[in-house]
Amino acid sequence: MGRKLNLNEERSGTLFLSGNEAIARGAWECGVHFAAAYPGTPSTEILETIGEHYPEIKAQWAPNEKVALEVVAGASFAGARVLSAMKHVGLNVAADPLFTLSYIGATGGVVVVSADDPGMHSSQNEQDNRLMGRAAKLVVLEPSDSQEALDFTKEAFRISEEFDTPVLLRVTTRVCHSKSLVRVSERREIPVKGYVKDIAKRVPIPANARKMHSRVEARLSRLSDWGSESALNGIEIKDPSIGVITSGISYQYVKEVYPEASVLRLGMTNPLPWRLIGDFIARVSRVVVIEEGEPFLEESIRSRFLIDAQGKSLVPIEGELNPELVRAALRPESTIKSPYREADLPGRPPTLCPGCPHRGAFHTLAGMKFSSTGDIGCYTLGLMPPYNALETVVCMGAAVGVLAGIEKALEPGGMPKLVAAIGESTFIHSGITGLIDMVYNGNTGTVMIMDNSLTAMTGGQQNPATGRDLRGEPAPMLDLVEIVRACGVKRIRVVDPHDLKEMKKVLKEEYEAPELSVIITKRPCIMAYKPLRKTVAVHDPDKCVHCRACIRLGCPAISWDAEAGVPVISEMHCWPNCNLCVQVCPVGALGKDLEGVV
Amino acid sequence: MEGTTNIILCGTGGQGILLASEVLCAAAWNSGFDVKKSEVHGMAQRGGSVSSHVRFGGKVFSVLVEQGTAHMIIALEKMEGLRWAHFLSPGGRLVSADIRINPMTVNTGSATYPDIDALVSEGGIPCTEVPVLSIARDLGNFKVVNVALLGAASTLIEGIPLSSWERAIEERVPQKALAVNMEAFERGRAVPHISKGAPR
Repeated sequence: MGRKLNLNEERSGTLFLSGNEAIARGAWECGVHFAAAYPGTPSTEILETIGEHYPEIKAQWAPNEKVALEVVAGASFAGARVLSAMKHVGLNVAADPLFTLSYIGATGGVVVVSADDPGMHSSQNEQDNRLMGRAAKLVVLEPSDSQEALDFTKEAFRISEEFDTPVLLRVTTRVCHSKSLVRVSERREIPVKGYVKDIAKRVPIPANARKMHSRVEARLSRLSDWGSESALNGIEIKDPSIGVITSGISYQYVKEVYPEASVLRLGMTNPLPWRLIGDFIARVSRVVVIEEGEPFLEESIRSRFLIDAQGKSLVPIEGELNPELVRAALRPESTIKSPYREADLPGRPPTLCPGCPHRGAFHTLAGMKFSSTGDIGCYTLGLMPPYNALETVVCMGAAVGVLAGIEKALEPGGMPKLVAAIGESTFIHSGITGLIDMVYNGNTGTVMIMDNSLTAMTGGQQNPATGRDLRGEPAPMLDLVEIVRACGVKRIRVVDPHDLKEMKKVLKEEYEAPELSVIITKRPCIMAYKPLRKTVAVHDPDKCVHCRACIRLGCPAISWDAEAGVPVISEMHCWPNCNLCVQVCPVGALGKDLEGVV
Repeated sequence: MEGTTNIILCGTGGQGILLASEVLCAAAWNSGFDVKKSEVHGMAQRGGSVSSHVRFGGKVFSVLVEQGTAHMIIALEKMEGLRWAHFLSPGGRLVSADIRINPMTVNTGSATYPDIDALVSEGGIPCTEVPVLSIARDLGNFKVVNVALLGAASTLIEGIPLSSWERAIEERVPQKALAVNMEAFERGRAVPHISKGAPR
C-alpha cells in the first residue's frame, strides 16, 4: 500500500515530502473538506496520503476520473473545498465535466490536479495538460518542487474562490515523485458554506451559458493582471545578457546549471502574466524559453511580443528535461564529460511478479496461440516475452471496444485468435460501456475480465469490486457476474487462472461458442493478501528432463542454470500459493515444499 | 554543483532501494543539509530497473544527478550498478552488492548476462563489492541487504556522522526489524573499500 509519511518526524516545522504528499498536506492545511480520484501514476499518492493521514478530509476512490470530478463538483456546489487528482490521460476522461465546470465556477474552491508524465515512465502518451488548461480556460499553476506543491495548492484554493474558477494544478512525475524539505503549518478549519439554489450559475442552458462565457473571458483578463503582481511568478535579474523564461521542474534545472542567468519563473502559466513578461523581456538582451513538453510558453511569448525567443530549437519536445539537456541548451561550452563509458547492457523491462494471477491467463493464451486486445494495468505486460499475448492498447477500457471493432471489420471466419483482456478495475472504469456496445450491436467475441481484486499497477488500491474503500474500511462489493449478466451477456464463466487445465478448457469453449461470452479470471493480486503457509516450489534435478517448460512461464523466481541445464528456483522470490511451475512440469520434477505456517 | 554530494542508488524493483534512499536522506537531513531525492513508482517497479537520485548540500536545486558528477553509485544489483557507472565523477566510486538478478530476457535465453566484473575492471571503474549476501545469511534475514550495503557506503560519504546514520535507521526502519538492521549496518561499515583488479 502507500508509503508511510513520517509525520512523527517533523523537525521545527519541516517535513521531507514528495510533491504528492505536499499537495495532500497543502489541501489539509487550507481546510479542504472532500477529495475524490481514480488512481493513476504519477498522481496516486495524493489521495492515498489524504486517506492515510488526514481523516478531517472525506476522501474516496471513484470508478473513473469523470465521476471523481462530478462528485467534487457537487460537493463544491454545496460549499465545500474540494480536490480531485488524476494522471494526464485521466483528465481526458474528466474533460467533459471539466470544460463546463470552468463556466460554472467554484462555490467552494475547486482544485484539479493533473499529474503529467513526460518521459512516459508509466503512461501511453506525453500530453502536456497546460494545453488542456488553456483550452478549458482554467487557471494553471505549475509548482517546481515539494515546497511549491504545498504553497501553490493553498494559493490555488484562494484563487479558485476569489475568482470563481476551478484551478488546474499541473505537476509532472519529477515533481510528484521527488522528495524535498517542506515547511508546514497546521490546518485551518473553514466551514462548508452550504447548498444554495442558483440556477443561473449551475445550469448552462444556452441562455445562461452565453453569460457564463462572458464572465470566463473577463475572469481570464483580470487574472492575467493579477498574475503580474502575484508571488507565484518572479523575476530574478542577474546577468542581463541572457533571460531565461521557465516553469515547473525546468526552473530547478536552469538554477542548477546556470545560476548567473536572469530568470523569469512562471508559477502561473495560464492565463499568462503579460505585463510581467513584458517587463522581463525589456530588461534582458536575449530571451530563451526552457520548458518541458510542448512549446506552450514559447509560442505564446513569440506571438504576443513578436520576439525571436528560442525554446524548442534548444531543448526537445519529447521526453523529460534534465540538467544535461538544459546545460547543453544554455551553456554548451560547460558540458561535463564522464570519465567512464556508458556500458551496452541488456535491458531490464518490468515483469509480472512471482505468483501474479495474470501469469496463468497469459501462459494459457500463449500456449493456445491466442492473443488479446489489451488494456491499461499490470496485465499490459502480457505483451512481453515469453507470452507475446497482447497486441493492442489504446486507453482505459478500450480492450473491449477494439475487439468489437476488429470483429465488425472482418468477414466471418477471418477473425484472428483474439480475446479482450481487461482488469476488473479498468472494466468498471470504462470497459463496461464497451461490453454494453458488444451486446447491443451483436458481437460474438470473448471478453476476459482479469479480476485480481485490486487496482494493482498503481501500487495496490481498492476499487468497487474489492469490498474495501480508500481507507480500507468494508464497502459494498460490486458483483461482476451480476453486472455482466445485466448487460445482457448469456455466457459467463468464472475460473481460477492458475488452474491451468480448467483455464484452457474454459478459454477453448468460450472462444468457440458462437455468441458473446465473458470469462472472469478470478484470483487475488499478491499484494492483496498475506499467504498463510510458507510453501515454495522445489526442483528435483534427477527427474528433470531439461525441457524448459518452467522457464516458459516467465516467472522471475525461476532462472536457468546453463551449465547444469536445470532450472533454479529462488526461494526468496517464489510465491507460496502459486503452483504454476508444478503444473507445467511434465515429469513432476517440480514439487511443493511444505514448511508450515509462517 | 560545488558543495553538493551526488549519489545514485539503483537495483531492481522490490529490493528495498526506496528504503535505502530514505535512510540516506534522513541521515543527510539529520546532519543539517538541504536534501532532495527522486523516486520511481508505477510500472517500472514490477521487477524492472529502479533508481533513486539523492543530492544533499547547502542548497539543492536539481533533483537529478548530472552525468559525470556522481560521487557514488550504490547498487543492489551488479548489472544495474554498471548501467549507471557513466554518471560517476572522476574520483567517484561504485559500491555494489554481490547480487545478480537475471532480467527476464536472460532467463528466457534471448540475452546473456554479461561478465560484470570484467567490464568494471576494463572500464577502470573504482568499485567495492560488498558481500551483503553473506552478511544477510549470517543475520538470518535477506531483507537487510539494502542497509548492509548502505553501511559499507557510509564510510565514504563525507559530512554525515555515525550518529546521524543511526538516528536515520531508527526513524525509517520498522521497530521489530531495527536490531537486525543496525547489526547489518555495522557489518557493512566494516567492509574495506578495495577495488577488485584496478589499483586505486
